[in-house]
Amino acid sequence: MTVQPNLRRRTFIAGLTAAALTLTACGGSDDEFKADPDALVIYSSQHENVTQAWAEAFTEATGVKTQVRPGKDSSMGQQIVEEGAKSPADVFLTENSPAMTVVSRANLLAPVEAATLAQLPQGFAPSSKDWTAIAARSTVLVYNPSKIKESALPKSMMDLQQPQWKDKWGGAPGGADFQAIVAGMLAMKGKPATQAWLKALKANAKIYQNNVATMKAVNAGEVPVGIMYHYYWYRDQAKTKEGSKNTKLHYFKGEDPGAFVSLSAGGVLKSSKKADKAQQFLKFITGLQGQQVLTDSKSMEYAVGKDAKSDPALPALNSLQAPKVDPFNLNSDIVIQMMTDAGIL
Amino acid sequence: MRASSRSPLVTLLAALVAASIVLPLIVIAVQAFSLGWDAAVEFLVRPRIGELLQHTGLLMVVTVPAAVLIGVGAAWLVERTDLPAAGMWRTLLLAPLAVPAFVSAYAWVSVRPQLSGFTGAALVTTFAYFPFVFLPVAALLRVLDGADENIARSLGLNRRQAVLRTVLPRLRPAICGGALIVALHLLAEYGVLEMMRYQTFTTAILQQYAIGFSDAQGSLLAAVLLLLCVVVLTLEVVLRGRARVARVGGGAPERPQRVPLGLWKIPSLLALSAVVAVSVVVPVVLVARWMLTAIGRNAVDVPALLRVTGTSLGLAVAGGLLAVLAALPGAWLLSRRRDLTAMSLERITFVASALPGVVVALALVTLSVRWADWLYQSVALLVLAYVILFVPRAMVTLRAGLAAAPPELSEASRSLGVGGAGTFARVVFPLALPSFLTGFVLVALAVSTELTATLLLAPTGTRTLALAFWGASDELDYVAAAPYAVMMIALSVPMTLLLRRQLRRTSSRVSPKEMA
Repeated sequence: MTVQPNLRRRTFIAGLTAAALTLTACGGSDDEFKADPDALVIYSSQHENVTQAWAEAFTEATGVKTQVRPGKDSSMGQQIVEEGAKSPADVFLTENSPAMTVVSRANLLAPVEAATLAQLPQGFAPSSKDWTAIAARSTVLVYNPSKIKESALPKSMMDLQQPQWKDKWGGAPGGADFQAIVAGMLAMKGKPATQAWLKALKANAKIYQNNVATMKAVNAGEVPVGIMYHYYWYRDQAKTKEGSKNTKLHYFKGEDPGAFVSLSAGGVLKSSKKADKAQQFLKFITGLQGQQVLTDSKSMEYAVGKDAKSDPALPALNSLQAPKVDPFNLNSDIVIQMMTDAGIL
Repeated sequence: MRASSRSPLVTLLAALVAASIVLPLIVIAVQAFSLGWDAAVEFLVRPRIGELLQHTGLLMVVTVPAAVLIGVGAAWLVERTDLPAAGMWRTLLLAPLAVPAFVSAYAWVSVRPQLSGFTGAALVTTFAYFPFVFLPVAALLRVLDGADENIARSLGLNRRQAVLRTVLPRLRPAICGGALIVALHLLAEYGVLEMMRYQTFTTAILQQYAIGFSDAQGSLLAAVLLLLCVVVLTLEVVLRGRARVARVGGGAPERPQRVPLGLWKIPSLLALSAVVAVSVVVPVVLVARWMLTAIGRNAVDVPALLRVTGTSLGLAVAGGLLAVLAALPGAWLLSRRRDLTAMSLERITFVASALPGVVVALALVTLSVRWADWLYQSVALLVLAYVILFVPRAMVTLRAGLAAAPPELSEASRSLGVGGAGTFARVVFPLALPSFLTGFVLVALAVSTELTATLLLAPTGTRTLALAFWGASDELDYVAAAPYAVMMIALSVPMTLLLRRQLRRTSSRVSPKEMA
């Protein structure tokens, strides 16, 4: 080994290390790496853009700093339970209510202030009053008119268990969205009927990773129809239509299990050291201003506050003839066990 | 003599590292069996588990040999034939290391949605992982003494026979080492398989986690995955064999002759081009196209992007440095004597790396929430998870590097009156430095694209490139995901170039056996 290349190598290494350290120093500032003690910590499994919009609007209106921790419905609910009284979370926002129910049953939620609940119509908070709806989404059947005629569409979501639907429909049963729909079915139709439907799902359905993937598969003609929530379709339609231009939506209506409307939930943690600010946040997002932020975020979810306006492209929430399910009894544990028994999970 | 190379302190440190890797495994085992034996059996003995086993097995059976075939073939062409522009090909064949596998999968799904399922999963993993075979095999081919081959030919064997009888057996440890890394990667892979909608044990574990956080059923699945990993590790020991590859005394190694390709030149070039096209060109071109769209729509938030990049880089540097430090004691023991203690310590470090990040992360959440809440959601815990997950990569390369500083040199140094630390600093460290760097780079590359452990353990408010990319790709929003993919690739390029430098510089100082 001669001296020369060795020296060059060292220079090269030194240069590289220096470059790396410089970039680290300018990029990873201190506050990047630890929770801000002054900030309201929002654990959220809602879409990141919606949560972020709410958090920013709240900070602007009140001066209270916020920090958002993203996650997924069920796992985040269970995480809070695991953290227990030590949870760093002040507020928890979900996409579907069953995840909130998990936290509620662990007795970790503080009662929601009456003034907040008064901003919503009857039926949008549980009788325990320890959480509140913050948005809503509707179950739909997305279909590809070039693959199936409108007249051939199923009359009820329950029909999809018939043998003629084998390999003809798609869904994302691994996700919390779908599990909420099944929880709705369970509450309406009971255990044996739901178990039979799940067995048929295993045999008939093509499994996708999430709602968007289901929609794109229907759009591409991989399957003629798919079960999903409404807003992914409206969102894609409002943008490039890349994933939905070949598809239409079918609403089951008539209080069918397929017309289930799922509530996104918000709650304040009992263990929060900023309980006042946390309650203030919940009041803000369910109020007119906060609900407008939701609509303006173009998430295309339904606003739920009294007098709040949803995006005009959406059919009115009360026109969907959703089944009258008590959303507070939606049981995700039983649904997950049933899905495991059916061999889906 | 032994006293200097096997001080109790080194053994103690190595044992400490092994213990911190075993700790999460214990948590998993305890959780898995909290259900009780009957419930566990009921959960595991059902068709769904059979389905997952079949999927995981099929992928291994196809991808591992395919990666070996491509890796060895490419290494042979580049190092031992008169292939034109061998240097360029060497770079291009390492380039897949700079493209995160899930970015590649994302690109392929977007051009060919029908590729999803087994075909897509096998295609993307094979072409993303073959460099793990190419790298050690090419390095070994460069330093292998050509003399044996010539002797074999002088004894009447033709060239092919000579290669098969003298070179191939010596490549065995390198091939097995590479194949092991590929297999462990496959066991732990999540991003690619999720995008390809191909369900394996790991995707099922992630699903269980999404449902129940750290529940018993997810831990049961993880326990099965651990068993699979033990099977793979054992298989590798058996296949690697005990044949001695290194020889005593350097002598004057003969540069092996490059084989003229002749008519095979064109097909060889075409084959290599195809490999590079599938593994690098397609994903990079697509990412670049989305990036241009993003720029066109003015949708790139540059300051935010830089901040996220800085966070990723900082974590990568911290993880890489600590992993090298953690691997040092164990690698030292291994390079000095391959006895049972050293071997078991080595295998233990491998076990955790076959687990998906989420499993290790969950165990760490459980441990920290219950017993060390000051560590919960801290950078320290996150980096610890990285070390646990990626220390084998540092271990493998460090072992090779330390072997380059044979005990005899240390002894000579000590007999001249230099102390243990001085000997390490003045004799061992300079000789082993290149392998320290290689280990650092391999771990840093892995950290900068790690997803699930980061999601779970990172302090609130921390965003990395992988998290941001995954967030956008979850919505199948290619354009929003593009800047993060571009940055991940941009970060990885210098690191990959560094690896290539190491490859070029590999000299006969490193004994071939240890290169594996």
